[in-house]
This record gives sequence, C-alpha cells and structure tokens, in this order.
Amino acid sequence: MTNDQLFEYTVRLADNALILGQRLSEWCGHGPVLEEDIALTNTALDQLGQATNLFKFAAELEGKGRDEDQLAFLRDVTEYKNILLVELPNGDYANTIARQFFYSTYYYLFLRELSKSKHEFLSAFAEKSLKEVKYHWQHSSDWVKRMGDGTEESHTRIQKAINFLWEYTGEMFMMDAIDQAALEAGYGVDNTALKNEWNNIISAILNEATLEMPADGWFHKGGKIGRHSEHMGFILAEMQFLQKTYPGAKW
Amino acid sequence: MMYSEKEIWSILEEVEDPEIPIINVVEMGIVRGVKINEENVEVTITPTYSGCPAMKTIEDDIAEILREKKIGNFHIKTVLSPAWTTDWMTDVAKEKLRSTGIAPPEQTSGDKGLLMGKVRDVSCPRCRSKNTQLISQFGTTACKALYKCNDCLDPFDYFKCI
Ligand SMILES: [Zn+2]
Repeated sequence: MTNDQLFEYTVRLADNALILGQRLSEWCGHGPVLEEDIALTNTALDQLGQATNLFKFAAELEGKGRDEDQLAFLRDVTEYKNILLVELPNGDYANTIARQFFYSTYYYLFLRELSKSKHEFLSAFAEKSLKEVKYHWQHSSDWVKRMGDGTEESHTRIQKAINFLWEYTGEMFMMDAIDQAALEAGYGVDNTALKNEWNNIISAILNEATLEMPADGWFHKGGKIGRHSEHMGFILAEMQFLQKTYPGAKW
Repeated sequence: MMYSEKEIWSILEEVEDPEIPIINVVEMGIVRGVKINEENVEVTITPTYSGCPAMKTIEDDIAEILREKKIGNFHIKTVLSPAWTTDWMTDVAKEKLRSTGIAPPEQTSGDKGLLMGKVRDVSCPRCRSKNTQLISQFGTTACKALYKCNDCLDPFDYFKCI
C-alpha cells in the first residue's frame, strides 16, 4: 500500500466521522427533548474527536505541513471522501435515528475488524473508538425499537426513514482499489464481509421494532471518490464559513 | 534531574480533572507513564473519550505544574492505546465520585452484556438504593449517563463503563 493510498484510506474514515459529527451537531439546541439533545451532541462530540485523531495522523502521512484543522476545514467539496449516507440532511428525528442506527451498526463491525489491523495507529484508533460507538449503537437501536413499536405516527415515520435510507446503505460495503490495497497490506477491513452480520443485526432489531426490512436493490454511491450529493456544498458552506472568512482564526 | 519518577507521579497528583476536580488525573487513569531520560521528563497521557474537551486543559495544567516545580525540560505525549477504561480508576477515585453525588462505574468494561443493552443495577449515590432507572445513556459530560433513583427520587449522574 502506498503512502498516498493510506492517506486516502484515513481521510475517508476521517470525513465520515467529521460530516456525521457536523450533521448531528445541527441538533444542538433543537433536540425533541433535552436528553436527546444531549445524546446527539455527545455522539457528535465522539465523532469529531475521532475525526481529529484521524486528521492528525493523515496530516503526518501527507507531510505537506497541513494540520488537522486545515484538512477538516479548508478542502474543496470533491476532496471530501465521506459516504453519501452521512451527508444526507437530518430530516425528522426518525430519519436521524435511522441513519445513526444503520451507520453505527456498520461502524461497530468495521472498527471491531480494524482493531485487528497490523497498522499501529489504525488498530489503536479502532480500539479506542469502538468503546464509544457501542453507546451510539445502543442509543440508536433503542430508539428504533421505541419508535417502531410506539404510536402509529412514530411507526410510520421510522418505517419511512428506513425505506428512504436503505438505498444509501450499500456504499458502506463496497470495496475499491484503495480498500483492496489496505486489506492486502493487513491494514484495512474487508467491507463486503461485514454485510451478512450487519443484515442479521438490522433484521433482528427491525423485527423487534415491528418494522419491515427493505429488500436490497440499487444503491447510491460516489461519496468515497468525492462525487457528492447537492447537500454536501451546503454543509461545507456552514462548516467552513468561519475559517474562510477569518483565515487562521483560533480559539 | 532533581526529581525521581516517583516524585513526579506525586507532583502530577496535584493536577485536578477539570470536569470532576475532586479527582486528580493520576487517580482518573489519564496519566499512563512518567519517564526520565537524563534531563528530560516524558509524561504520557491518554484521553478518556476521543472528543474529551478537557484534554487540552489537562495538558496545559500538567505543563504548568511541571514548570512551577522548575522542570523546564519536558514533553507531554498523548497515546490512544491501550484505550482508557473505567477499570483504571482507583477505588479511592470511585469513592470520591460517590461522595460528590456521581455513581461510580459498576461493571468492568469486559462485561459482554453491554452491547446487547444489559446494564447492571446502578446504586443511588445518595441513598444506596438499587431501585434506579436509566434516563439516558448520555449525560452532562461524555463520560456520564443520566439516572433517576426511584426511592429518593433524585436524578443523578452515573459514570458509565467503557
Ligand atoms: Zn436514592
């Protein structure tokens, strides 16, 4: 695996964490109840912390003098390599929870495998993050059950969110040349191998929640190679506003 | 070097955890190592959570106390592995938590039930009742969950296991 490929692999992980963290933090002050406001902002904080660790490492790999803040805030839209799922607008609470549930289930399985990586930093990062993601998974899966098995209104909304987001779940399990190189080096994870277990966990929770699991069909993709939805530009406009208006601004 | 490694450990015990000042950073398990290489002191620390906003303050506070003790030549290194766990909190620290109204972690991080949502009974830090209820897995800081005591009816923070 070349240094450039490892940089790219790390940036993808970092961008997933950053963009999901940014999306979740939009709930700050807008949560449906105080406890949920706190839960989502805590989840966002974990994601942002993980993104920071990854960007620091990526910056070292790159060796061009950029730091973690420059990587996070000063790239252009096509240089972001997060999957499309995490950049989708929050929608209602059911939609936010369904996205978190799909992603956390995947991310938990992914990190569990990555913790066995032969790469010292990647395995340390995974071991650390896994502990946090357990709680994200527990929180989101609890809410899927509460909404699914709740009122007619909550059931309808969570089912709608699950159906809508399903087409965005496929990208998590795709492998391209960079994933393949990481896997062959003993550094990365075989995403396709996670799909079965992911399906089993999702199906068990949806079943308990009296919800229907959608059938696999066509899946959206492109985020991993920098081809984003129209939503991405709006996220960056908000996220980069301060750094672009006041270059080099610090706390 | 005018101090031994042991002495530096006790100097670091003077650094409070910024979020729970009753506990110091050594009891908390944040300081992982102290090494003296001739005239240079290396202090290794690890974050409780990846996004813990207190890490910068902790680093600054450690630097400040080392300078105060006339140790000018030091390096503070942050590591992610082995990942911080509540198992590293000392019993003294756990008792201090309880005395300040925060229920200490009840199970070890190795407990398998955690992912499947099984949470062991948490006892109320005020009346010690085990008749308590989880309100939210996320509390006032990244490391805490929110509970309610069904006997004395007080809400309280629980330091959750990781
Ligand atoms: Zn009580």
